[in-house]
Amino acid sequence: MNTAKSLTISLIAASLLASASAVQAGATLDAVRKNGFIKCGVSDGLPGFSYADEKGNYSGIDVDVCRAVAAAVFGDAKKLKFTPLTAKERLTALQSGEIDVLSRNTTWTSSRDSAQGLNFTGVTYYDGQGFLINKKLGVKSAKELDGATVCVQAGTTTELNLSDYFRANKMKFTPISYDKSDESAKALEAGRCDVLTSDQSQLYAQRIKLAQPDQYVVLPDVISKEPLGPVVRHGDDDWFDIVKWTLFAMVDAEELGIDSKNVEEMKKSTNPDIKRMLGVEGDKGKDFGLANDWIAVVIKQVGNYGEIFERNVGKGSPLKIERGLNALWTQGGLQYAPPVR
Amino acid sequence: MTEHTASLPPKPPFWNNPQIRALIFQALALIATVAFGWTIFDNTQDNLHRLGIASGFGFLSSPSGFDIIQTLIPYSATSSYGQVFWVALLNTLLVSALGVVLATLLGFIIGVARLSKNWLIAKLALVYIETFRNIPLLLQIFFWYFAVLRAAPAPRQSLSLGDAFFLNIRGLYLPAPQFQPGFGWVLAVLGSAVVLVLVLARWARQRQMATGQPFPVLRTALALLLGLPLAAFWLTGSPLHWEYPELRGFNFQGGLAVIPEMASLLLALTIYTAAFIAEIVRAGIQAVSHGQTEASFSLGLSSHLTLRLIILPQALRVIIPPLTNQYLNLTKNSSLAAAIGYPDLVAAFAGTTLNQTGQAIECIAITMAVYLTISLLISLGMNWYNQHVALVER
Repeated sequence: MNTAKSLTISLIAASLLASASAVQAGATLDAVRKNGFIKCGVSDGLPGFSYADEKGNYSGIDVDVCRAVAAAVFGDAKKLKFTPLTAKERLTALQSGEIDVLSRNTTWTSSRDSAQGLNFTGVTYYDGQGFLINKKLGVKSAKELDGATVCVQAGTTTELNLSDYFRANKMKFTPISYDKSDESAKALEAGRCDVLTSDQSQLYAQRIKLAQPDQYVVLPDVISKEPLGPVVRHGDDDWFDIVKWTLFAMVDAEELGIDSKNVEEMKKSTNPDIKRMLGVEGDKGKDFGLANDWIAVVIKQVGNYGEIFERNVGKGSPLKIERGLNALWTQGGLQYAPPVR
Repeated sequence: MTEHTASLPPKPPFWNNPQIRALIFQALALIATVAFGWTIFDNTQDNLHRLGIASGFGFLSSPSGFDIIQTLIPYSATSSYGQVFWVALLNTLLVSALGVVLATLLGFIIGVARLSKNWLIAKLALVYIETFRNIPLLLQIFFWYFAVLRAAPAPRQSLSLGDAFFLNIRGLYLPAPQFQPGFGWVLAVLGSAVVLVLVLARWARQRQMATGQPFPVLRTALALLLGLPLAAFWLTGSPLHWEYPELRGFNFQGGLAVIPEMASLLLALTIYTAAFIAEIVRAGIQAVSHGQTEASFSLGLSSHLTLRLIILPQALRVIIPPLTNQYLNLTKNSSLAAAIGYPDLVAAFAGTTLNQTGQAIECIAITMAVYLTISLLISLGMNWYNQHVALVER
């Protein structure tokens, strides 16, 4: 397994070396059209975000973002090829052109946006880092964790926040970094570490995978800002626009009350905002090089932002996470998208 | 005569001269290789530039921001990525060096046991070899890590030995030596004892060559090596204290800790490689003709002396070259550490550092260069030793 992984990383590095013209402006959309599918990088198994069932069908909020992009480009949300990636592999896989879009609960940071040659297209989930711990230890706050052994996923912003937090609070800790989130969860269960740290959404997702989820509790402390979103490569603005506006369109659709069930009816609406979005009026699709009714197709096949959220991580899922920061700006949350016009 | 010279056929064109032709082909091959290398380099620069990825080795001096579970040199989250490299390299070297020593010892014992006249011992050695060299190493690492060491008790239920040694799921905790001033004297005395033993061994060998009289070198050497430092230790007033591990809060604090990641990696590497070394040792011993043993016995040498003076020196010539391969394999296999979270060069540098900085090409290039260097150094050392023990041909 691991040899395969180091091999992947080396191969990716090698392909960075060798690929003659991996990307040029506009090249990604052409290449995607030629292939007939979008290569989408997802997580290696995180319920609610990207998780493959026994039949190999992927589901989750990150998966739905990719499906929405496929619907926008091909008019068919199934034209996708998923590549499960560990935290360590994900950015290199995107840089080297192994995947077209990375939708894998990845935190938007300045260094990734600049030095690493990536572009974040928006925020699918406003998250923050927390701690998952066994109730038996009787810990009520992260401030009581001095001297603890902490499991963390290697190569993440989580790893950096963890060190910052303990340093800032003058506490000591022993880190154990695993490549896969599953390994961290198993180590927590076995007692190899006292506490598991990750983005809170992931902690809830990990908890339902444990043998006795009730034995574990997520501490109330949130120690960082983790805006998670889809990522594309630098240097292809057209592709960047498509992914960015697919996400915006889903948020706008929720705000305008368009969902997968009523989208056909909504086409008859007299509201000019809705008419423009669904391609009844104007030619907003052409600007992107897409079909004029692309937003309508996305909403019909995948749903608006609220539907995706509730279905994968919210009320309609085993995770039962509140909308919180991820509610629309009109409802006290942070989800706000520029208008389609 | 002159007429004959004049009638020689005209000088053949230069491209028909085999020497010149060989030179031309070599030049062409050289140009092609350089052009290929340049294309790759140029392409990389071009791609990186277009993707807007920063390149160069400047990142090595920026602070890393993450912690590492096992560090042999001072390190914290404020240290640089360069320091991460040294920490990771030392972790790799530590597990490789220990692995080489232990695998050699175990391999020699099993290899000799395989040839034992005792049926049970020979068969046990056979079963060991056939089992461990036929199971993939990664599986063995997982076995030790997930099946064996994960079964250890929680810190509060630690198995303890005399309240000094503790074993739990977090690792094996040992008392740590605390050197007091004056311990330097003990070390100095130990050093002189080693020199003394070397001189003694040389003198004993020369005397035996000249007079045939043996001298009990081993016993004298042990007495010197143990007795002199112990006397110095007592005279300087026992300048050594032990720091015992103690359960405080979540974990044991103080003392030395052997983390289970390191223990399982070392166990798996040792046991796996020892199986191969055992076969090499067996082959080496069997390569020495049985007539040598018979000749030695008929000269009146004991079986112990026969092994030490006749068989082993000849067997070593056969053993060393394949043994080098096993050492190289062990060192390279230690990179499987990444699978269980041991912070070796591949996990902490080519993994975490690469990911945090995005400098894929630089990190992979450095890592490859390091493994190449380690391998070449091991080869060099073993080749030197091989020449040392090789049959001197006259």
